[in-house]
Formats: sequence, C-alpha cells, structure tokens
Amino acid sequence: MRQFFVFARKEFYHIFRDKRTLLILFGMPVVQIVLFGFAITNEIKNAEIAVLDQSRDYYSNRLVQQLQAGSYFKIDQELQSHQAIEAAFKEGRIKMVVVIPPKFGESFFHLHKAQVQLLADAGDPNTATTLINYARAIIGNYQQQLNGPQAMPLTINTTVRMQYNPALKSVFLFVPGVMTLILLLVSAMMTSITIAREKELGTMEILLVSPLPPAMIVTGKVVPYIALAFINALVILGMGVWLFGMPIKGNIVLLLLECALFVLTSLGLGILISTVTDKQQTAMMASMMGLLMPTVLLSGFIFPVESMPLPLQLLSNVMPAKWFIIILKDIMLKGSGLRDIWPQSLVLCGMTLLFVTISIRKFKIRLS
Amino acid sequence: MRTIFFILQKEFLQIFRNRGMVAIIFLMPIIQLLVLANAANYEVRNLAIDVVDQDHSSWSQRLVNKLTASGYFKLHRQTFNEKAAFEDLQLDKADIVLMIPRHFERDLVREDKASLQLLVNAINGSKAGLANGYANNIIRSFNQNIRMEWLALDSRNGPAVIEVTYSNWFNTRLDYKVFMVPGIIVVLVTMIGAFLSGMNIVKEKEIGTIEQLNVTPIHKHHFILGKLIPFWIVALFELALGLLVGKLVFHLPMAGSLWLVFLFAAVYLWVMLGMGLLISTFTETQQQAMFIAWFFVIIFILMSGLFTPVENMPHWAQVLTWFNPIAYFVKVIRMVLLKGSGWANIQIYLLIMLVYALVMNGIAIWNYRKTT
Repeated sequence: MRQFFVFARKEFYHIFRDKRTLLILFGMPVVQIVLFGFAITNEIKNAEIAVLDQSRDYYSNRLVQQLQAGSYFKIDQELQSHQAIEAAFKEGRIKMVVVIPPKFGESFFHLHKAQVQLLADAGDPNTATTLINYARAIIGNYQQQLNGPQAMPLTINTTVRMQYNPALKSVFLFVPGVMTLILLLVSAMMTSITIAREKELGTMEILLVSPLPPAMIVTGKVVPYIALAFINALVILGMGVWLFGMPIKGNIVLLLLECALFVLTSLGLGILISTVTDKQQTAMMASMMGLLMPTVLLSGFIFPVESMPLPLQLLSNVMPAKWFIIILKDIMLKGSGLRDIWPQSLVLCGMTLLFVTISIRKFKIRLS
Repeated sequence: MRTIFFILQKEFLQIFRNRGMVAIIFLMPIIQLLVLANAANYEVRNLAIDVVDQDHSSWSQRLVNKLTASGYFKLHRQTFNEKAAFEDLQLDKADIVLMIPRHFERDLVREDKASLQLLVNAINGSKAGLANGYANNIIRSFNQNIRMEWLALDSRNGPAVIEVTYSNWFNTRLDYKVFMVPGIIVVLVTMIGAFLSGMNIVKEKEIGTIEQLNVTPIHKHHFILGKLIPFWIVALFELALGLLVGKLVFHLPMAGSLWLVFLFAAVYLWVMLGMGLLISTFTETQQQAMFIAWFFVIIFILMSGLFTPVENMPHWAQVLTWFNPIAYFVKVIRMVLLKGSGWANIQIYLLIMLVYALVMNGIAIWNYRKTT
C-alpha cells in the first residue's frame, strides 16, 4: 500500500509541476461558464434590418418607427428599390428587409387592407423565423393602434408560463453541460493521454517491471485526476449557484455522489482508450473525436435530441454524458431524488463495469 | 528550396505511415460531417404537447387539431386532469401544456374574450422560446379564423387589417443543415490547422529529435515551413472533401464562387497554423499543446456565431469576435455559399485575415528563435 501512495504522489508531482496545464484545467471551466452564461444567448436583440418604404407617407413612417422602437430591430439602411435588396443581403449585415408597398396609409383606411412584406435571410432558419414572428407581433400592435380603442370581437388571450426557468436563461442548460464536458475531459482524455504517454516514451516498460502490480499502476495514475475532476465539478457548481443563481433543489450529497459515479465512468473510458492506443496523438484524437465532440452534440446539451434522426437518437443512448446530464438537470432544477433517477444511475454503473472489464481483459503487460 | 522539399517529403511520409492519422484525415471528416450535420439541428419539430381540455367544445377541439396538424406539435396526452399534465412536464415527457378552461367557447361568444394558458418546459431556453412562438402563432391564426367565421366579416365593414406576407430568402425550405454544414466544414479545417501542426512540432521536442534537427544545416524557416505546409495542404484537401460531401449528401447550395472560399481558406489556415506554431513554441509536451489549443479553439468556436448568432451577444462579446479568426471564416463561407456574395463583399475580411496571419506567424517565429 505504501508503494501505491508513493506512486500516486509521483503522479501528483507530475501534474503540479506542469503549471500551464494546471492553469488551463482550472481556467477553462471558469471561462466557459462565463462565456456561456453571459455571451451565448438565443435571445434576439438589435437585429439589423433594412427598410424599403415605397409609400413614404405618415403611416408607413410610423410603422418603421414602431419597428425600431423596441430592442429587437435596428434599422441599418433604407433601400430605394427592389433591385437593392439582394445586394444588401449579400453584404451580410442585415437579416431582414421590410417592404412597404406604395399607398400604405391610403389603402389601410380606404380599402381596409394594407400590405407589408417581410423578406428574411433564412440562411439561419431559426433567426429568420423568430424575426418574422417579432415583426408580425409589432405590426399587429400597430394595426390595433390605428384602429383605435374599438375592441376586436372574440379575442383569445393567451398567458404563458415558462416552467423551471422563467427567464429562459441558457445557463441552466449549460452548467450541467459544461460540467459533464469538463469531467469527461479531465477524467477520460487526460488519463488516456497520460497512460499513452508512458507507453510512447517507453517508461511504461520500466513501470511494468517494478514490483507494483499493473492494476496499482493504473489506479495510481488516475487517482490525481479524480481529485482534479472533483475540484473542477465543485468550482462549476459554485459558479452556477453564486454567479448565475442556478438552484440546487435536490439533495447536494446525492448530486456529489452522482458526480463521483460519472467520474468513475469516464475514468473507465479513459483507461479503455489508453489500452487500445499507444500514441498520445492517437489517444488525444480518439478522445476528442470519439468522446468530446459526440458528447457536445449528441447528449442534448446544445442541440435537442428529439429533432435528430432516429439512428442518432438511438446512438445518443450510448453516451454516458446523456444520462449524467439528465441526472444533473433533474436533481438541480426539479429537485428529483434517487427514486426518480435510479434508472439513469444504474445505466452509468453498468457502463462503468463494462469499461473496466474490457480494459482489464485488454490490458497488456507486455509491450510487444 | 531543395531542403524544404526534403522536409516536406519526410513529413508526408510520417503522416501517411501513421495509420491512425490517415484515418483521421480521410474518414473522420466524412463521418463527422454526416453525424454532426444531422445532430446539430436546432429545428424544433414534434414537440410533445399535453392538452388539458376542460371545455370539450367544438372550438377547443378545432384548436387542438390545428396545433397538431401544424407539424410542430405532437399530441402526447389529452386529459381532463391537470395533475397528469403537470407530471408529464415534470418528467420531461411533455414540452408544453395547453390549458383550455371550462366555458372557453361560451366566454368567447358571450363576453367576446376568453383565455388560454400555456405552460412551457423552459429548461432549454431557446427551445422553449420557439415552442412558445409557434403555439402563439397558431392560436393567433385560429383566433382570426373563428372571428371571421363568427361575424362572417365583410372586410369592408370590419376593422382594417395590415396583411403581412413573408418569404424566406436563400433557404426557402428553412433547411437547418444548409446553415450548419458550412460551419462544420470550418471546424474540421480548423482542427487540422490548429491541432495537428502544433502537436507535430512538440512531438519532435518531446521525443528529443528536435535536437538532431537543430544540429543539421536546415534553416529555422525551412524547418517551420516544412512542418506547416503539409498541414496546410491536408487542410485544404479536407475543405474540398467537406464541400464535396456537403454537395452530394446535403445538397449544399453553392451560390458564389468556390475559388473565393478556397482563397479565403488558404489565408485563414495560415492564421491557424501560426497559432499552432505559437503554441508549440511555449509548450514542452503534446499533452500541454493539445490542451492549450483545445482551450482556445473551443472558445473561438463557441464565440464564432456557428451555433448562436454573433448579433445576439452583448456588446463586449461582439467586440471580442473581431479578434476571432473562426468567426470571420464562418461568416464568409456562409455568405459565399448561401448568398453568393462576391469579391467586393468579402475583400475586407480577407484583408483582416491577412493581417492576422502575418501577426500570428511573426510572433510565433520570433518566439521560436528565442527558445531554441
């Protein structure tokens, strides 16, 4: 046992001596959370639009003012002709063009019907849809104003309640996501690289002929990373709670236990990767392409799983991250207890066992 | 010149000898493009909706039908019982709950107004926003329809209306993949440029072979060029491969000139290669190099407007994107491919890239001399 501690201490020295990596290891989650929390939003503000006002009367002018009044649109330019529209879009700044045909006021009051045309740059489909929705709402209000206080018959009022996240903060989704990502990065990627490194440099051979059994060597190598991963998890949780007011409605002990479980799962994965590769570059590429990218994309952390094609939805079930994110979100935002999340926890336990078993069977004590 | 040629030959031999590397270069981009383009889909469809219809009138039925016929919503459960719907929301089985109160139809007719309630599961803020937008639009148009029918409104006597028509340019079918594929190609090209080049130099350091190279008569700039050019070529090849897959599989439109895309990529890659080189000058191990590159690339990607539009960010974050090379490439490739923007529209961005490439490589080479 003493030998084991000495070995683990050696690993700690390795990590702490490398100040740059350490800085990034702790700096990264902080920077990511801050960026996600403050900078990345889907809420549209000040979208630049262009106006082609062909009637240029009092009423069309007021409509343009109304569009500009809220925080949604900013009028970037006024176009003179239909030909100018395409060129304006090609410049890449404006997202929508509002076309008001001639005689807007006249047709509204005399024909009881006026027209407005919205042309959106659907290169980004969701932004286009959202902008059109906003513009329609503003135009609808303007129509009400022009008609005066006369109430519309048969009006349906819809009240909307945003459950669990009233301010629509993306941070609530990103905190669990970033946490998962960092835990995977530290536990799976770093461990696989550090073991592959011993192989690449040839020092693995020296370790294998030492009196330590192989299982001890591997455990000794991963222990420091468990500690690092855990500290990182705490930092992220702390930032989520104190900086962004993310609630932890459930039991915090349960939350930490689940984190520990996920760290074990990722370590299993990392060890597995390192047993099948013996070059750092390959280990890195395998963890990045095979683990981190799919985690970001398939775990439902950025993109909703429901809109993916069925094969990918099925594939997403193989990602440990998906289950962990569900657990995190349920405990933090909904206050679920073990009774609600045992199936997901069981899946993670099963995966851990599987990874460790395969690694043990694949582990070669000879180098060639 | 001959020296560079020999180094290039050595580098290419080393790249192609490593089977893992060959797989990464040829297979990975195709798989990634296929998987990512399908996964990175913000199109919100088939939202599970629970309807608590306590009115059970013909109008409430019609509203429900209209919602489910829109393609955005899939009826998950229709019930009297509010509790069951709340539970679905809690368990993530329903994304949205529509509550139609008792006497909805009667109130509408007698009092000229009635109310509905929507509960949206808002943990995923952007999804909730879109779901709410769709539902409100459908309810508004339903409202319009019944009003017309009920009053049999002659448009001349009723209140005047502004008729809004809209059309979606450059992507009429609102295909999200057309939006994402160019961005994913940028990510692929960036990975090769920023990661592999830097790691490759650090590898020589880590294994110790850089000492051997240093005592040969190879000039520093020969060595650097010899290390960077192979990845420049590989990355441009990736770009071609990505565009080909995009065209064949996703019917990516190519409205503008492909030469512009390649020209821009050629300059852009020098920025990324310079970054890789810079990282390699102040790291000792591949693990460090990889880690630092990963840190910056992930931030650059997240802030590039690839997933969320740059315009939505707060001002300080928008200022930061002026220094983000990936943001420029994402913008330009989308402009050229989707809208057919030409030389006049992108020359300013190309100039900026050129300046960045010079600055980045300048610092890297200066730093390189100092440390070895």
